Amino acid sequence: MKEFICIVCPRGCHLKVDDDGNVTGNSCIRGEKYGKQEAIDPRRTLTSTVKIKSELVRRLPVVSSEEIPKDKVKEVVRCLDSVEVSAPIKVKDVIVKNVMGLGVDIVATRTIEK
Amino acid sequence: MKEYDLVVVGGGSAGLAASIAAYEDGVKSILLLEKEKFLGGILLQCIHNGFGLHEFNEQLAGPEYAQRFVDKFMSYGIEYKVDTMVLGINEDKSIIYSNKEDGYSIVKAKAIIMSTGCSERTRGAIAIPGSRPSGILTAGLAQRYLNIDGYLVGKRVFILGSGDIGLIMARRMTLEGAKVLGVAELMPYSNGLNRNIVQCLHDFDIPLYLSHTVSNIIGKDHLEKIVVSKVDDKMNFIEGSEMEFEVDTLLLSVGLLPSNVLLEDMGMEMSSTRGPKVNEMMETCKEGIFACGNSLHVHDLVDFVTKEGREAGKGASRYLKGLVTRNEECLECVAGDGISYVIPQYVHVSNVDDNVEFKFRVRSPMENKKIVIKINDQVIKSVVKLHLLPAEMETVVVKKGEFTSNNGKLVIEVEER
Amino acid sequence: MYDVIVIGAGVIGGCVARELARYKAKVLVLDKENDVGNVTSMANSAIVHSGYDPKPGTNKAKYNVLGNKMYDLLTKELDVEFKRIGSLTCATNEEELEIIKSFVSRANDNGVEVKILNQEETRKIEPFVSDSVVGSLYAPSAGIINPFELCVGLFENALDNGVELLLNEEVVSIERLTNRFVVRTKDKEFETRVVVNAAGLYSDKIAKMVGIDYFNITPRKGEYFVLDHFEKPFVSHVIFPVPSEKGKGILVTPTTHNNYLLGPSSEFVEDKSDLSTDKPTLDNVRVNASKLVKNIPFNYIIRQFSGLRATGSTHDFIIDERDGFITLGGIESPGLASAPAIGKEAVRLVNSVLHLETNPYFNPFRRKVIRLKKMSIEERNDLIKQDPSFGHIVCRCEGVSEGEVVDCIRRNAGARTIKGVKKRCRPGFGKCQGGFCEPLIMEILARELNLDPLNVRYDSVKSYILQSETKEGDK
Repeated sequence: MKEFICIVCPRGCHLKVDDDGNVTGNSCIRGEKYGKQEAIDPRRTLTSTVKIKSELVRRLPVVSSEEIPKDKVKEVVRCLDSVEVSAPIKVKDVIVKNVMGLGVDIVATRTIEK
Repeated sequence: MKEYDLVVVGGGSAGLAASIAAYEDGVKSILLLEKEKFLGGILLQCIHNGFGLHEFNEQLAGPEYAQRFVDKFMSYGIEYKVDTMVLGINEDKSIIYSNKEDGYSIVKAKAIIMSTGCSERTRGAIAIPGSRPSGILTAGLAQRYLNIDGYLVGKRVFILGSGDIGLIMARRMTLEGAKVLGVAELMPYSNGLNRNIVQCLHDFDIPLYLSHTVSNIIGKDHLEKIVVSKVDDKMNFIEGSEMEFEVDTLLLSVGLLPSNVLLEDMGMEMSSTRGPKVNEMMETCKEGIFACGNSLHVHDLVDFVTKEGREAGKGASRYLKGLVTRNEECLECVAGDGISYVIPQYVHVSNVDDNVEFKFRVRSPMENKKIVIKINDQVIKSVVKLHLLPAEMETVVVKKGEFTSNNGKLVIEVEER
Repeated sequence: MYDVIVIGAGVIGGCVARELARYKAKVLVLDKENDVGNVTSMANSAIVHSGYDPKPGTNKAKYNVLGNKMYDLLTKELDVEFKRIGSLTCATNEEELEIIKSFVSRANDNGVEVKILNQEETRKIEPFVSDSVVGSLYAPSAGIINPFELCVGLFENALDNGVELLLNEEVVSIERLTNRFVVRTKDKEFETRVVVNAAGLYSDKIAKMVGIDYFNITPRKGEYFVLDHFEKPFVSHVIFPVPSEKGKGILVTPTTHNNYLLGPSSEFVEDKSDLSTDKPTLDNVRVNASKLVKNIPFNYIIRQFSGLRATGSTHDFIIDERDGFITLGGIESPGLASAPAIGKEAVRLVNSVLHLETNPYFNPFRRKVIRLKKMSIEERNDLIKQDPSFGHIVCRCEGVSEGEVVDCIRRNAGARTIKGVKKRCRPGFGKCQGGFCEPLIMEILARELNLDPLNVRYDSVKSYILQSETKEGDK
């Protein structure tokens, strides 16, 4: 049995998901879907920064192109420690392709011109 | 002296949206003034995602959301100055600013939009007792050091206040290698979004202490220790409830205050939100001066800031085109039972295009209530709401035809179902 | 070998050092802090008292009255903000009215001009006194000063004229040899012919190093609220209650920057570094301030702070010379007002030992402080043309430019820390308390002093702001 607070709407239902993936405590179908996903394969979007050589800033903000497994989040952030890029960079430029073989890219979320 | 149809003060989300909307509505003589090095405002340091669900139907990181508006603004070739501080606004709508290139200068405007954002409440504003070492800073300042400058302010952190910035910083600092020992919230409920409580605190097993606050600060040079106490319903520390945390950093996420020094210097009275009072087109009590975004009232979602900026931009455009009809008839809009504020505070029904979107917040969390809108004690509209939280701004749209009177009082209040 | 070593870089040490600069002498000032004027001289009511209330014949009465009179010239020479706004000691009942009337003869004995005002007269010059005020004692010579700027100005001028200053040097021992002393800090030692002990809260500790043990200093804490500046009119005089055994009581006063101070409380504490504030004490400050002044806009509170008065066991200022060791101890209120006169007296005592020659090159004027806010548009633009950084405003709350920050760093006894900049040109004193400007000030300090931002300090050498750089792994 796993317990979560549902985040699909402001109501915040307390969900219980049993070992067979049955969700209780939800008030809507979206909550059931969320509970199942959280129980089987919780995923998170990762945001962080990487070093950038630029006249204007010292860090470039980045995001994972898709959600990554929750338990990989910390490892991916550590993996970004050694990344350094140079301006110019545009929003959506891929900074790390297929990070840690997860099938997800790390992309820029800011344009830095120089 | 240079003259513009419209001068926008502040190039964050509100100011960008306002400039773009005014431009698209036909105002071509626009100057935007921004105090920082970049356009985009505070979003540039909000690198987490979740912005743009309403505007773009997708989840963007803060800088990316800002970039979309900056790109559009640039594509229109609207004039702007960065690293430029506005120092004063005169009665005749001339604006005093200063920067390195122009020096201390004055420009004239036919209309002005104020989108100056907000500032964070500080330790001094909430009078946290104890000594005065370094290591106590607002969450937003720590966020800037972390995300823009690339520095961590500490390794063992406690956060006072469960507002979203504090929660987001709990996760950011944890991921960058700090240990966050807990978050204390004075109120018996959190002021942050559920999503942030789950993904920023629960994901990292960071405890949230409701009805708790920092009762003492210990440390001579740098912060060494804090004492957290439970509070009673009158917000007094409960003796015997003290918990000590050895930390090097205390982040404060204890509320935001609209910044309106320029309007205050003009002698404008501020409303309970600490922003100016505005009418249906976001115009303040001074004709031709408009306000929007967090300097009007603090928003929880940037999408709503953008929308409000757009309203102000359109309002300014209508004003500049002479489309505004002025008459004495006006509804005064006030917060009734259970509501902390209502925006706009004035509605000239004759001037309403299609509808008015009223924005308001409830005073405390509530379930299953009715939001009632009355004009001169007569109910004109009511809406059922299953969940109401002070942290979430509510809106109700009233169509032009639904206004039963052009003057008197409009009240928004919470009623039992 | 120094002629004189002054221990303590507070306002007393500053006045002594600057007076000594008038003579041909090799002078060194030592302080344990990371900036001048960083302890009691920084956290006080910022008032130059008129001198009507100390008991006639005491050192407090003598030096207060003398010192007060010296302020016009001193602040002109040093370009320090000072305004004689006058004080009103307010009686809230008939009994107190009798007490303030009895102060008139004391004021006359001290040679201080005062006047009793009735309720109507009081209200006429100060409409914000509370309705319960029935009369007041008006002392027109009382003034308000910027105490940070005073200390900085004294040391800058002293250093301009050849005095040396070493910060972060805590004196740990003093050895008396024939006709000279060896003054030791943690890892340095200095020889000098005369020592001036201006160590404030620690003046008893320093005195004991040479065997002078007839007095002790007990810190007496005062807690304050600071209100932001605002457009509406508010009090324009220093408003005192009727003084009691515990001191001058909780007052309400404007500052030279149009902020307002409420306080101080008065409690003896044990720890000489205890600068904490607490809720019950500050609640009491609120209550007492409200008895004097009505409609205090408490929502404009931007800060609380506390200061420690160096209360001496003799209940008067201790000013004496013993075989080349000069003690200036127990300089509590009215110490700020008395400081210039104490400085002069200390130098008279130095001269009784050393018979110094006059320094013909002494320049009493400090280079004018650049205050953009007080300049005309033309003056500003002239300055910006010469140096564009004066056009770049870095502090929105107080309207301070990058050029002013740079200037306060580049002077003698210049700013080295965030707090040092704040004390000299105000960024961080406003509503945002540094929330917006701190990163910019840090950038300027790092650039000017050639420091890594990680090594920029808020105040003391241990008060770091940035702990580490991100993206450095587990380094």
